[in-house]
Amino acid sequence: MTETQPTHHHQTLRFKTVVMILLVVIFSPIGNVLLKKGMTDVGALAFSTPADAAHSAVKIFTSPYIWLGIGSLIGFFVAYTLVLSWADYSFVQPAAAVAYAVTALLGHFVMHEPVTPMRWAGVFVICLGVFVVGRTPPRTTEHT
Amino acid sequence: MKIWFEIALVLIVVCGTAGELCVTRAMKVIGEVKEFTPGALIKVAIRAIQVPWMWLGVGLMAVAFFSLLGALSVENVSFVVPVTALSYAAGAFGGQVFLGERVSVGRWLGVFLVCIGVSLVFLGKN
Repeated sequence: MTETQPTHHHQTLRFKTVVMILLVVIFSPIGNVLLKKGMTDVGALAFSTPADAAHSAVKIFTSPYIWLGIGSLIGFFVAYTLVLSWADYSFVQPAAAVAYAVTALLGHFVMHEPVTPMRWAGVFVICLGVFVVGRTPPRTTEHT
Repeated sequence: MKIWFEIALVLIVVCGTAGELCVTRAMKVIGEVKEFTPGALIKVAIRAIQVPWMWLGVGLMAVAFFSLLGALSVENVSFVVPVTALSYAAGAFGGQVFLGERVSVGRWLGVFLVCIGVSLVFLGKN
C-alpha cells in the first residue's frame, strides 16, 4: 500500500491541477467576453461632469452582463489562487495561457470578431507551449 | 517614446510577475488545499488574508494593473500586450530564484513558445 501511495498522490495532484487550470481558462475568457458584451450594450459613456460620471456608473452597474463578468472573474481568481497552493508558479502561469486561445475562439464564434491568420498561428504556438509545459511535473518543490 | 511610458512597461512586467510570485508564496505558506467545500474555502481565504505575502502580492498586482491602464491610454493594445509576454520569462525566472522551483529545459522551452505565441496573437490584431 505504502509503495503505491506516492504514485496515487501524484495522479491526484495532476488531476486536480488540470481541473483548476481548466476552470481558470474557462472563467477568465468568459468573464472578459461578458465584460465586453456588457460595455458594448452600455454604449458610449460620458464622464465630463460629476452627473455624467454618476449616470455612466449607474448604466455600467445595472448591466447584468457586467455582474456576470465580475462573478466569472472572481471564479477565475479563486481557482488561480487555489492551484497555486500546491502547483509551481512556473507551471501554472504558462499553462493558464490557454485562456488566450479560448478568448480568440469566443471572440470569433460568439462575438463574431474577425481573427487574422497570424492570430490563429499565435494561438497554435501558445497551445504548443502549454503542451510542452504540461509534460513537466506540476510541482518540483518539497511538500510542506 | 516618453520615459514614463517605458517605466510603465517595466512596472507591468516586474510588478505583475512579482505580485503573482508573492501570492504564490502566500499560498505555499498556507499549504496544499485538499478540501473544496465552501466552508473549507472560506477558512483558506481567512488564512490567506493573514499572510503578509498575500497583501504585498495584491498591492504589486494593483501597481501593475494601473500601469497597464496608463500604458494603454497612450499606446495600442497590440503593442503593449506583446511586451507583457515577457512576464512569462520573468515568471519562470522568479519561480526558480524566489520560490526554489526546478524549471527544467522542457519547461523553459514551453515558456519560450508561450511568449512567442502571445506576441503573435497581439501582432495579429486587425
